Amino acid sequence: MAVIGSEPSAAPLLSVENLHVTFHGDEGTVQAVRGVTWELRSGEVLGIVGESGSGKSVSVASILGLLPSPPAVVSGGPITFEGRNLLSLSERELRAIRGKDIAMIFQDPMTAFNPVQTIGHQISEAIRVHDRGVKRAAARDRSIELLSLVGVPSPAARFDQFPHEYSGGMRQRAMVAMAIANQPKLLIADEPTTALDVTIQAQILELLEVVRRETHAATILITHDLGVIAEVADRVLVMYAGKVVESTSILPLFQSPRHPYTLGLLGSLPRLDVNMETLFSIPGQPPDMAHPPPGCAFAPRCSLSRDRSLCRAEEPPLIRVGEAWSACHFVEEMEHEAEVVSHEVGMDIRVGES
Amino acid sequence: MIRQDGPGEGLDLDAIVEASITAGEETISEMSVDEVAARPPRSPFKVAMRRFMRHRLALISLVFLICLGLVAVFAPIVAPADPNAVDLTSLRSPPSPGHILGTDSAGRDVLSRIIYGARVSLTVGVAAAVSAAGIGTILGLIAGFTRGWVDSVIMRIVDIFLSFPSLIVILLLVAILGPSVITIVVVIAFFEWPTSCRIVRQMTLALREHDFVLAARAGGASNFRIMRRHILSGVVSPLTVVATLLSAQAILLEAALSFLGLGVRPPQASWGGMLNEAQSITVLEGMPWLWLPPGIAIASTVLAINFIGDGLRDAFDPRQTR
Repeated sequence: MAVIGSEPSAAPLLSVENLHVTFHGDEGTVQAVRGVTWELRSGEVLGIVGESGSGKSVSVASILGLLPSPPAVVSGGPITFEGRNLLSLSERELRAIRGKDIAMIFQDPMTAFNPVQTIGHQISEAIRVHDRGVKRAAARDRSIELLSLVGVPSPAARFDQFPHEYSGGMRQRAMVAMAIANQPKLLIADEPTTALDVTIQAQILELLEVVRRETHAATILITHDLGVIAEVADRVLVMYAGKVVESTSILPLFQSPRHPYTLGLLGSLPRLDVNMETLFSIPGQPPDMAHPPPGCAFAPRCSLSRDRSLCRAEEPPLIRVGEAWSACHFVEEMEHEAEVVSHEVGMDIRVGES
Repeated sequence: MIRQDGPGEGLDLDAIVEASITAGEETISEMSVDEVAARPPRSPFKVAMRRFMRHRLALISLVFLICLGLVAVFAPIVAPADPNAVDLTSLRSPPSPGHILGTDSAGRDVLSRIIYGARVSLTVGVAAAVSAAGIGTILGLIAGFTRGWVDSVIMRIVDIFLSFPSLIVILLLVAILGPSVITIVVVIAFFEWPTSCRIVRQMTLALREHDFVLAARAGGASNFRIMRRHILSGVVSPLTVVATLLSAQAILLEAALSFLGLGVRPPQASWGGMLNEAQSITVLEGMPWLWLPPGIAIASTVLAINFIGDGLRDAFDPRQTR
């Protein structure tokens, strides 16, 4: 498979090649990620979208070796970060990268902090894990500086508070502060706004933008919310059933989706600017990943497939379509399909195209 | 603002909206950020301590034990006489101004022996409980954190220990090793660690699944660091309760061993040993000053420790909000 979105210029910061992740459980083997290839350049923001179980979180967790094994088995690869294959590193070498070069922001700031330790202690700890030489007082000063950078008011007093004394939004800010404590080159945000209420979501997205400007870190943003992607991402991977079905820059994704699944996602997006009669929904259920169907995994739910035998028989490869990449046998019909769906919904679901 | 019909009909939407906005502002200003930040930090430890202080029985018990501890430490100053000084002129004499609690069969002052006996009981209680909890914590952490075959091996050892009639084995071991305070501590710790091991393992299994452990791992923390920083802090509270109850058990065991003549060597005073001397019917019927004081000492000490254990358990109980 060709490398997606590659330009011959500089070497990418991170590249993932043909990554497979399977879980061996009591009820058989679940193929969570089935051959995913992508890359990320430094300073870039990559959005990964997909519904629950599409393998987006799992593929990212495998980068840092955070999947419990057993039951998880990571194969394929390599995953190359700054010239090193992360899959072949020892636990000790990985530890030196985790939290230092690659840091992670978790979905739920309620549970990602230890409730019996102060926020300040936990941020200082994140610094001292990677630099034993840092004195307690120095770590404290740095932590307070970080808290103030992420917009926590009166950071010096907040330093000594416990997680339960923070509000949800504050806690996520503290989480971001902890993630950027060691100036990582890559920041992975796994659904950073899902557990927050809408007004605070916007603040956190803004904060991520600020942090990116300050640290110049590349960012992987995992979400199921296309609105969030539109806000911050440069490039988007759409994942379905453990595979990348579309990969494109942000604007083309909304203007001319190249995969029926993306089109379905766009159609199901509630819009404030137009009066929508009904919200479009993708019929059916995602496939059982213990027994993925032959051919295109999306075929049973696809409006474009219409039971064409090719979809069921042969798995579509990810091919280049103009600037984008799409894994659909009938990608040339997408233009027409978008109009059909738009007609059904009663408005043009393609954003920015008029 | 959208008006449904003409003005003046039904509800005045503007007024309602305005009212709700001002109400909203009020709640926001009530919980101003600076105010929240200005509050002193409420550490879970401090909250637990405050709850413990409200537990009257536990507090009284704690004061009692502290006094007992001070008496034991300063025994040479506090005791009215040398506990081993034999006075052949007054054997088994009843309480009198000279000997407040009377004398025993060798003419030794009972009160002084009780005071010196506290040293043995408290040493054994604390040392055995701390070592048992220490062994149990280390093995429990390892078992719960690594899981797999290591866990199985450790837990089977625990099962074996718990299925032993421990008193008989302890008697045997003490008989082989020779009775002394150190032997007793070692042997009791050796048989009491499985209880704390089980509890620590249980807590570890629950704690390791928390997101903050994953977050710590994603931050580059090693397993050892995670155990020390995140698991141990969660284990400490139930462990304190268990260790407290273990020390009560250890004191009882020491008393039993001394009573059976396998405790500390005579003439060193110990509460169990003093009871040993009061085995005959004549003593039981006619000389209560020989067995009542050590009996009360053992019972009240164990009771006090158990009350403290109860108090700690209530204080650490997350479901209590007092």
